[in-house]
Amino acid sequence: MGAQKKRAAAAAAAARVSEDPDDLARQPLQAILLADSFTTKFRPITLERPKVLLPLVNVPMINYTLAWLEAAGVAEVFVFCCAHSKQVIDYLENSEWFSQPNFTVKTIESHNIISAGDALRLIYEQNVIHGDFVLISGDTVSNMSLTQALQEHKERKKKDNNAVMTMIIKKSKPSPITRQSRLGTDELFMAIDPNTKQLLYYEDKADHSKGTICLDKMLLAENPSISLHNDKQDCYIDICSPEVLSLFTDNFDYQHLRRHFVKGLLLDDIMGYKIFTHEIHSSYAARIDNYRSYDIVSKDIIQRWTYPYVPDVKFCGNRATKLERRGICFTAFNSEIEQSRSAQVGSFTVIGYGTKIGSNSKISDSVIGEGCTIGSNVLIEGSYIWDNVIIEDGCELRHVIVCDGVIMKAGAVLKPGVVLSFKVVIGERFVVPAYSKVSLLQQPTVHDSDEELEYADNSSGTVEFSSIQGTADQSNGEMTSESSEAHKPKLGTGGVGYIWSICEGGQEEEWRHSVAPIPEDKLTELSEAMDDDQELVTQDRTALSTSGELISDSNASEGDDNEDSKDDSVYFEKEVEATFLRAVEENVKVDHVILEVNSLRLSYNMTSADCAGAVFYSMMKLAIKTPHSSASELQQNTANIITTWQKLLKSYLLEIDEEIEIILKFEEMCLESAKEFSPLFARILHILYDKDILQEDAILRWADEKEGADESDKVFVRQSEKFIQWLREASEEED
Amino acid sequence: MPDTQALVNDFLNKLKKRKIEGSQATARQTAELLRSVISQQRVPYTNQAGALIDAVKAIGEQLIAANPVELAVGNIVRRVLHIIREEDLSLTTAAIGGLNLSAVSDDENDDDRDGDSTLSAAAVAAAARSTLRPPSLQTLLEDTPVSAAVPQTSSSGGDSEGKTADKSSRSRKLKHDVIEAVNELIQDIVTCHEQIAEQAVEHIHQNEVILTLGSSRTVLEFLFAAKEKKRSFRVFVAEGAPRYQGHLLAKELVARGLQTTLITDSAVFAMISRVNMVIVGAHAVMANGGVIAPVGMNLVALAAQKHAVPFVVLAGSHKLCPLYPHNPEVLLNELRSPSELLDFGEFSDCMDFGSGSGSPLLHVVNPAFDYVPPKLVSLFITDAGGHNPSYMYRLIADYYSADDLVVQRRATAGN
Repeated sequence: MGAQKKRAAAAAAAARVSEDPDDLARQPLQAILLADSFTTKFRPITLERPKVLLPLVNVPMINYTLAWLEAAGVAEVFVFCCAHSKQVIDYLENSEWFSQPNFTVKTIESHNIISAGDALRLIYEQNVIHGDFVLISGDTVSNMSLTQALQEHKERKKKDNNAVMTMIIKKSKPSPITRQSRLGTDELFMAIDPNTKQLLYYEDKADHSKGTICLDKMLLAENPSISLHNDKQDCYIDICSPEVLSLFTDNFDYQHLRRHFVKGLLLDDIMGYKIFTHEIHSSYAARIDNYRSYDIVSKDIIQRWTYPYVPDVKFCGNRATKLERRGICFTAFNSEIEQSRSAQVGSFTVIGYGTKIGSNSKISDSVIGEGCTIGSNVLIEGSYIWDNVIIEDGCELRHVIVCDGVIMKAGAVLKPGVVLSFKVVIGERFVVPAYSKVSLLQQPTVHDSDEELEYADNSSGTVEFSSIQGTADQSNGEMTSESSEAHKPKLGTGGVGYIWSICEGGQEEEWRHSVAPIPEDKLTELSEAMDDDQELVTQDRTALSTSGELISDSNASEGDDNEDSKDDSVYFEKEVEATFLRAVEENVKVDHVILEVNSLRLSYNMTSADCAGAVFYSMMKLAIKTPHSSASELQQNTANIITTWQKLLKSYLLEIDEEIEIILKFEEMCLESAKEFSPLFARILHILYDKDILQEDAILRWADEKEGADESDKVFVRQSEKFIQWLREASEEED
Repeated sequence: MPDTQALVNDFLNKLKKRKIEGSQATARQTAELLRSVISQQRVPYTNQAGALIDAVKAIGEQLIAANPVELAVGNIVRRVLHIIREEDLSLTTAAIGGLNLSAVSDDENDDDRDGDSTLSAAAVAAAARSTLRPPSLQTLLEDTPVSAAVPQTSSSGGDSEGKTADKSSRSRKLKHDVIEAVNELIQDIVTCHEQIAEQAVEHIHQNEVILTLGSSRTVLEFLFAAKEKKRSFRVFVAEGAPRYQGHLLAKELVARGLQTTLITDSAVFAMISRVNMVIVGAHAVMANGGVIAPVGMNLVALAAQKHAVPFVVLAGSHKLCPLYPHNPEVLLNELRSPSELLDFGEFSDCMDFGSGSGSPLLHVVNPAFDYVPPKLVSLFITDAGGHNPSYMYRLIADYYSADDLVVQRRATAGN
């Protein structure tokens, strides 16, 4: 609290040009807000409205960012508008943001910008940034306090002029199955110096198929300790020194903030610029990057992680909402909605002003905008419905996004992951297939999956859009009627709009980024695929372990050994078996087989007990594989094989321990891999005794050891009880 | 008045964004804001009090809507409205009295007051006093009527200027008096801790064990005051999850040399049998004597009742709310961020909505307040002394006018 008050006081003082020398030195904090993400992930919606104006829990996204910047003590914000700049500027002009005391919002407009890098170069040319600034994009939701991060940044800057940027990160575990964070972005690997918090490595496009990441050797050589994280989320909030802008200008090929700029700085060791990280714990920060993060961040807001930026707090001129208790959870309601008595509105739902809900409709985990009309018997689950949507009776919506002005005729069904762009009409009883995107605008034909061309593609998209927009505005009526005729079969009777074909390459990945939860079968498919790679994964576990600190090499290699030995014993057994079988087939001399097994034993670093176990295992495997019709025949086979190969086995039975190992191995086989032997256990034990492979001491020791074991373990001891009894008596007689 | 508007907007912003914490700070800032609003407000020649009331109501409405959970804002707005009404009344009575004395006509003056002139001035004064201000028990008991003190000063002022029947000076006078009274109110809010703490020795006795929950500045001062009077006693502090302000309280108590024991909230029931008195702070006191207090308080109150331990609530008079609670667990509650309860990073995999049904399986609810019904409260200690919960309505009648319970402008005003 103290810090908060201090900050508020400081901000106020800074604005009023305080006489305090300490405050004079502190320049008013500036921020650059990029009101364009320079990607196409929200298409087709973003063809008609910029991403920052898309409603997030009924409030345009940019308001969350601006409200946070204001609360964090930023005095001046430059909003950089590119695509749909007119809409953004119009919106801001009509909003209250231009009339805030101590908080100025200025817009910078440009149309031929195709990347964040270009935007920053343009801002540099305008020469408006004078001190440290916050770099953020207009789709970020946060409630963190900047004070500490800013102070850390300034102190570092004082000591080291090369510390140009502080990146805000937050802990968030990625899913081990899908290899993506909860926000739907790829798993991110970061190497951070645990003492100085310097960022040393940043990789968000790791090759998961190999399951490895490559660190520069120098990284380990130069830093006494580094910690490698895959459980950190990049919040895309950066505190930058003014040098950052000039760096962008110097390196005119920097386009993407992370892919080019951050990685560029990390690789560049000539200039020696450094990036540091600041981890936030109790506060929230997340960027909406794709449909999945839209879903997740919406739910976080409704669950109040972003407090005070929650639906029932009026942080930016949104209408008053009230919370109502539903069961044990809360639902935000607007005071003026019409709801039928029989309608069921579940928990974690936000319903906007002036919305009507018909009878027997069920709504849960959803956000409904203003002025919507929902008929009766409608099912809405986990969906985002924006303003003025008409949903007629009997529709079903599960995990979908429905934009402004959409009309769904009676009985229409939206499968999970569907996105309906503005003013689309879905015909009666039409079922929109999962993950499809429907828009009034036709899909732009140019599409290249190449990453580098994404920007060029995007720019063409905006230009293209403006032309389409023009026609759409002029002849909206004509166009809709036209398209409804031309595409009648596509969206059912009376349907208007085009279903976009899913772009090539993206087909498989569509489920990763959609609003719908990942389907069960995808998850099992993935986890099966993972099981296949199990060996690889276990080998790499040390490298991938969450925030494992790689302090010294010896530590790491020790871990490796442990992992390896487990694998090796399996490998070793297989190798021995293969050797043995080959020997049987090719009638190799016993001595040679012993030699071969010995070499294997050396290379795998095994004990003779392991060898004995493995050889015995192979022999019994062979016995069971030899065709047989009855148990007695199997016994005969076993006896034959044991007689033939007893020399091989005996060569490893140096001490009593190895003999016991064989009995245990046999027992294990009878229980697991070769159940056919279980009735013959006692007899084969007898054979082994007769052939002098096992000595009576070993058998008795084994029996004694088993004395204290579980009942289930004792099955075979019981079976061979007579034999053991006989052995005991025999030994006594000898005495 | 652009600067007032800016001030109002600034304060509204802070309220909306929950930047002001604590009802005392909120109350003080509200009163200061309203003071500047009143001083900036131009009053017309006629019906000055009405103009002031309208202005205050207009702003008060906005302020209350900005953070409906912080009841102190509404309380102060109502207090100020009450002050305006009182001052207007006393001024009128004084003026009428003055007229009576001097026996000069200047009848228009009385015409302004709706139909007062027809009645005899003395009767009006008496009637007005008896109807608009029922004699408070406090004033009767203390025999130093607050109400009497104010008219005296104003009438003495009225003697020097009012005799000339200078209307402009009268208009200035009302404003001046109101601002004076609001200043007094601010003073009261600022010093409420000391006034409550003065009573500490009457309640805390030698070798007692006191239990408190969370941290409240009022409680802190109260305990210090008892300590300064050489009372020796021990304090049990329940930590007050999830914000753990009890830890801070324990630290401060120890710094002042008080024997302190810190316990978890869940241990309250186990410890209550050893406690002589529970002393806690409150967020607001409702008209029925119910208390809105930090979460966990109901549990403490129930434990205290079970073991017949007195449950004492300390509250400055600015926390006294003239409204009756309806569904206070929800409507007068604030749901805070779940991050106070658990670490987002550690639980991030529980909140991956990308798998399963897509609906969150983990719900974290973090209400800020509890409602303690009046039957569980043994005693209220306010800056005006100790009271029973059933006496609250009397105090409220002293502080608020019945007309102001609903702070809303008339139909003419839009949103």
